[in-house]
Amino acid sequence: MTLGADLLTLTAAGLYCPQGGFHIDPTRPVERALITHGHADHARAGHGAVLASDETLKIMAVRYGEAFTGTRQVAGSGEAVDIDGVRVSFHPAGHVLGSMQIRLERRATRLVVSGDYKRQADPTCAPFEPVACDVFITEATFGLPVFRHPPACGEIARLLASLQTFPGRTHLVGAYALGKAQRVIAELRAAGYDRTIYLHGALEKLCRLYEAEGIDLGALEAVGRRAKELAGEIVLCPPGQLADRWARRFGDPVTAVASGWVRVRARARQRGAELPLVISDHADWDDLRATIRETGAGEVWVTHGAEEALVHWCRQQGLAAKPLNLIGYGDEGEAEPEMETVVTGETAERQAG
Amino acid sequence: MIRFARLLDRLSFEPRRSAKLALMREHFLKTPDPERGLALAALTGGLSFRHAKPAMLRALVAERVDPHLFALSYDFVGDLSETIALIWPNGEGGDASPPALAEVVERLEAARRGEVPALVSGWLDMLDETGRWALLKLVTGGLRVGVSARLAKTAVAGLGALEPDDIEEVWHGLDPPYETLFAWAMGTGERPRSDDPVPFRPPMLAHPAEDRDLEAFAPETFAVEWKWDGIRVQAAAGRNGEGELRRRLYSRTGEDLSTAFPDVVEALDVEAVIDGELLVVIDGEVRSFNSLQQRLNRKTVTPKLLASHPAAIRAYDLLSVDGEDLRDLPFRDRRARLEAFVARLASPRIDLSPLVEAADPRALASARNAPETLHAGADAQAIEGLMLKRWASPYVPGRPKGQWYKWKRDPHRIDAVLMYAQRGHGKRSSFYSDYTFGVWRSAGEGDDRDEELVPVGKAYFGFTDEELAEIDRFVRQNTVNRFGPVREVRHEAAAGLVLEIAFEGLNRSTRHKSGVAMRFPRVARLRFDKPPAEADRIETLEALLPPDERAPAASRKARTG
Repeated sequence: MTLGADLLTLTAAGLYCPQGGFHIDPTRPVERALITHGHADHARAGHGAVLASDETLKIMAVRYGEAFTGTRQVAGSGEAVDIDGVRVSFHPAGHVLGSMQIRLERRATRLVVSGDYKRQADPTCAPFEPVACDVFITEATFGLPVFRHPPACGEIARLLASLQTFPGRTHLVGAYALGKAQRVIAELRAAGYDRTIYLHGALEKLCRLYEAEGIDLGALEAVGRRAKELAGEIVLCPPGQLADRWARRFGDPVTAVASGWVRVRARARQRGAELPLVISDHADWDDLRATIRETGAGEVWVTHGAEEALVHWCRQQGLAAKPLNLIGYGDEGEAEPEMETVVTGETAERQAG
Repeated sequence: MIRFARLLDRLSFEPRRSAKLALMREHFLKTPDPERGLALAALTGGLSFRHAKPAMLRALVAERVDPHLFALSYDFVGDLSETIALIWPNGEGGDASPPALAEVVERLEAARRGEVPALVSGWLDMLDETGRWALLKLVTGGLRVGVSARLAKTAVAGLGALEPDDIEEVWHGLDPPYETLFAWAMGTGERPRSDDPVPFRPPMLAHPAEDRDLEAFAPETFAVEWKWDGIRVQAAAGRNGEGELRRRLYSRTGEDLSTAFPDVVEALDVEAVIDGELLVVIDGEVRSFNSLQQRLNRKTVTPKLLASHPAAIRAYDLLSVDGEDLRDLPFRDRRARLEAFVARLASPRIDLSPLVEAADPRALASARNAPETLHAGADAQAIEGLMLKRWASPYVPGRPKGQWYKWKRDPHRIDAVLMYAQRGHGKRSSFYSDYTFGVWRSAGEGDDRDEELVPVGKAYFGFTDEELAEIDRFVRQNTVNRFGPVREVRHEAAAGLVLEIAFEGLNRSTRHKSGVAMRFPRVARLRFDKPPAEADRIETLEALLPPDERAPAASRKARTG
């Protein structure tokens, strides 16, 4: 377990490359940060310098304001840069708009940090690109064999079927503000749903950003004060809002939750889902395993999620594997929605009236 | 099987009663016989398979899945059937199409023990996750999708113009897949002919008495009797075609309790149908409701329990005797027949519920408030109020107007402190509407002695919509901790919300930290005016326990071994 250990170490702020003098997705402000994607637990404000994809930089600017970092640099997809003797390149991770894996190479050791990723098709971001490496550092949010995400189109079909069964009820869909909300909208459009989709205020800015990046989301409008008029319509909001006072304005809505967690019934009920939609932006158990094989890595580090099961499986396959037990990363929004509710949710509620 | 699985899946996530009924009706309408009838049987708890047990399922999954990965997964999911359904490898079944529900039921019933594992794993291979989940719920029994047998029958009645009680009346003479029942409900067939010698007869129920009903009370018009604190039952005995006596004990909703109460069933050895209260009676004294609960909710009963908690019926009414239906007679006549019948039966397990002498509304009120002055002995503890029955009333199923009234004793009330709140379901899903409340007790010893709140119950009704909004606001503004859907709210001597809780009775409980469990607790009033320090103490509650339960739980435990 020494391969790659001098290239990347673990510090209090997270993964750190001593040779290059940079952190990857640090959980506290650092001098130089490489960021895989814009979710709040990976992309924090206050670093001295940030290297990330163009989209990720824009997402951070929308969330934290233009002054979120000292200096910033765009990492082009697949372009290699040299940082103090470490060859660094970014490759699509398929998680959300602008999400990247980060590849490091120094002396014959190739190491890939996956960030969060998925293998399912997603009309709102570039697909995951397998990158050959010696050490693969993977997430394991859904790293248990009970997690197998069905195709998103089938879940969207269930939402549309419910809309037919209950045409007089607003369908409130809880979806994370970055990535999930836009993916659900894009999948609805792909299924032929062309009515206006209504948004909680907390989702607006990021949807506009997606549109500005060339992703067509069709007709979108803020809920505003018209909640009572939205019977039979689809309304998207951050998951935390489903159980909040905000949801009351819709009378007797059908509450749907779009998340990989709702595959487990008790979890779905905990989240208040009457219509659980198993739509996840993370790799499921099968895709985690397939991806590890594809990279050809002989060594696997597991950052966060259900590390134990995935490490167990890797070792059974004869791969060297270890859990990193990184703390500070939420798993699909466990941290994210709190941010949305607490920070943007309240403001949005005021905006939305 | 796939349709059935989809139905269970949707029911399991649907909190609304009306929507559950709609889902079931839709299923019964669109699904052909015998599939729909077997679905009905499954929903009413009428299917059970001897050889499909959790241990067998664990063995099956161990053949397919790494045991360590299974253990981690089970730990996360928390439900055996669901874990297996989710983890079972997909696509092992080739092109074979999934079995129909009828095939599953038929083959499982016919299978020998050794054949069951192969059958089940073969089906698991053919089904998707939802199908596997439904299959495993079905074979292990206990669907737990929030549908009672009564609700499923109500859905059948709703296919046409029947009432749920119409279904109850024929139900026990029918068997799955209930083809004649569906035909009748949909208006395409006759009422099913039953050759069941002891059908369930839907009971006559009472309205709560209102002031004007009580003011109008006159002993010439109304009979008065005690309302006993047990469960309402119907004991029926009748002869089948061969002349053999068949006996059954039904709950108020038509559930068959016979196997759990053989002592009572055996006591009825002549053809008759009695309406009465099921109680535990020891040495001629009625015991607390808690004693009866030891006998409820079990399929069979041990000889030990029969000896320690003997059951009996206190008879209210006689519906038929020696093959003669008495239901059209006035209560006055039925009562006379009942008295003669109980005397003739002379069984220690079936006695007569006495009439209460009350000359006017004032006497009625004093009987209700102090039954011990009129009814001697410890039995008075088991009286929960009065029943007023019009002397002229025939026995009509359901709740006919102006015939019978119940006048319960005033509920007990205590002031308790709100400790935890949980969000409700359906329309209430954004409100914190389920409340755990506590009362004060002393903890620790000597200098460490301290006052603490101990949870004594949960309430989720009793308040108005405005009060709900007020409590909800309080919860959101005073949250000190979150546990998933549950919030802990401030509950200190000087800060917190006092709820006045009304409840019907109290039992000793070893499952609750406080050692007591309330019956039908509900929020009677919000006491924003009262500081939590002035809420009630556990000793106040303990004084309300029935006499046979006043010893502390710990020493009781020691005594019973």
